[in-house]
Amino acid sequence: MNSDKCCCKQSADCGGSSQHVRTLTPDWGVSDFLGMIRVRLGCGRMSYGMEPGLYAMGSPTPESPVLATANYKLTVDVLRRELGDRDLWLLVLDTANVNVWCAAGKGLFGTAELTRQIEATRLAQHVTRRRVILPQLGAPGVAAHKVKSQTGFHVVYGPVRAKDIPEFLDNGQDATPEMRRVTFPLGERLALTPIELRQQFRAALILVLALGLTPVIWRGWDQGLWNHGLRGAMAGVACWLAGCLLGPALLPWLPGRAFWVKGAFLGAALAAGLALTGVVQGLLPGLGAMLWLGAGVSFLLMNFTGCSTFTSLSGVKREMKAIPAQIAAGTMGLVLWSTGWWL
Amino acid sequence: MRYLKNVVTLQLNESVCIGCGRCVEVCPHAVFHIHHRRAVIVDRDACMECGACARNCPVDAVSVIAGVGCVTGLLNRALGRKGDCCCTEDSCC
Repeated sequence: MNSDKCCCKQSADCGGSSQHVRTLTPDWGVSDFLGMIRVRLGCGRMSYGMEPGLYAMGSPTPESPVLATANYKLTVDVLRRELGDRDLWLLVLDTANVNVWCAAGKGLFGTAELTRQIEATRLAQHVTRRRVILPQLGAPGVAAHKVKSQTGFHVVYGPVRAKDIPEFLDNGQDATPEMRRVTFPLGERLALTPIELRQQFRAALILVLALGLTPVIWRGWDQGLWNHGLRGAMAGVACWLAGCLLGPALLPWLPGRAFWVKGAFLGAALAAGLALTGVVQGLLPGLGAMLWLGAGVSFLLMNFTGCSTFTSLSGVKREMKAIPAQIAAGTMGLVLWSTGWWL
Repeated sequence: MRYLKNVVTLQLNESVCIGCGRCVEVCPHAVFHIHHRRAVIVDRDACMECGACARNCPVDAVSVIAGVGCVTGLLNRALGRKGDCCCTEDSCC
């Protein structure tokens, strides 16, 4: 993908304006695709990085625009793919391999790192216009006026999404209101679900094993495992899938504004569905399923606030007041569910 | 999609505002507008408390308690475990 064309090992060794600039091309290789799949599944995300510094795309001149970004490799890969054959400079900040949005929230994509890279790469020697374009989602970490006073570089906030950058550049570096708005469409929500599924896998496995094996104590292997246990395990898997996959997918259509409310509705609906299909049998276990599935899916979907692009810290803190109720409903639900084993 | 009402900590001191428009530029949810050369909050409940406006306001007219609204992160902190948020968790299979 990128050839490390460089005049020397360290920029300090070089004189003039040609120090330590590597090149990037828009094309993706097989390893880039495999890498994307791997990190989307949550594997090795924190070590999926690129060397920070100044990169050239195409054949940039001193008049070409400078775009700053994070050194998470997937971020740079998406950016170079969207930029295509344009001639420009990419200033890759050291964000500890974290994407722009998360890094800005932690201050890694921030004023200090941006000014440091502008100076370390001697950016002013490469370009005539002291102007650097930042992704808008980097703004929580960067104070544009401080960058200006410390380096002389004027910060322009570009669009939220990399795919809008070509149009932004063609429009005289002016972002439309639509380019500035964060959305959360189905595709983006689904892209985040594999990590949710993985993060809750252990808890789900414990639940499935508990619901699958405990009935053996009262009903013996035959009835306990293959009847009650199997149905419990199915309900456990359904809880996991509903909270981590179905809930995020159906998010705009679930009733309520709070994620715990949306999850409680989905869990209760799921229990009703399991009762209709005969997976849940009897009045007390049915009520129990309504309670523990409601509580379980409610908690899992509440966790999805961390992935969403429109929830606030204050709002999430308020939502977390539902946790005691979730624990109570979950416990009561499991007790009622267990009456199917011993009553 | 809309989140909870009347919950965010966003504050704007309109008398200090110089109308530079940075808050309008950086806000991902169009919370601000410029009206008569001053910023105004037009959609407060859309605020996600990312803090971009406050960070980029050259006269400190905007304030907000910013942070990542992540249940996993907040729970980890409350329970004294490491891992400030799901976005930095990395337990490979």
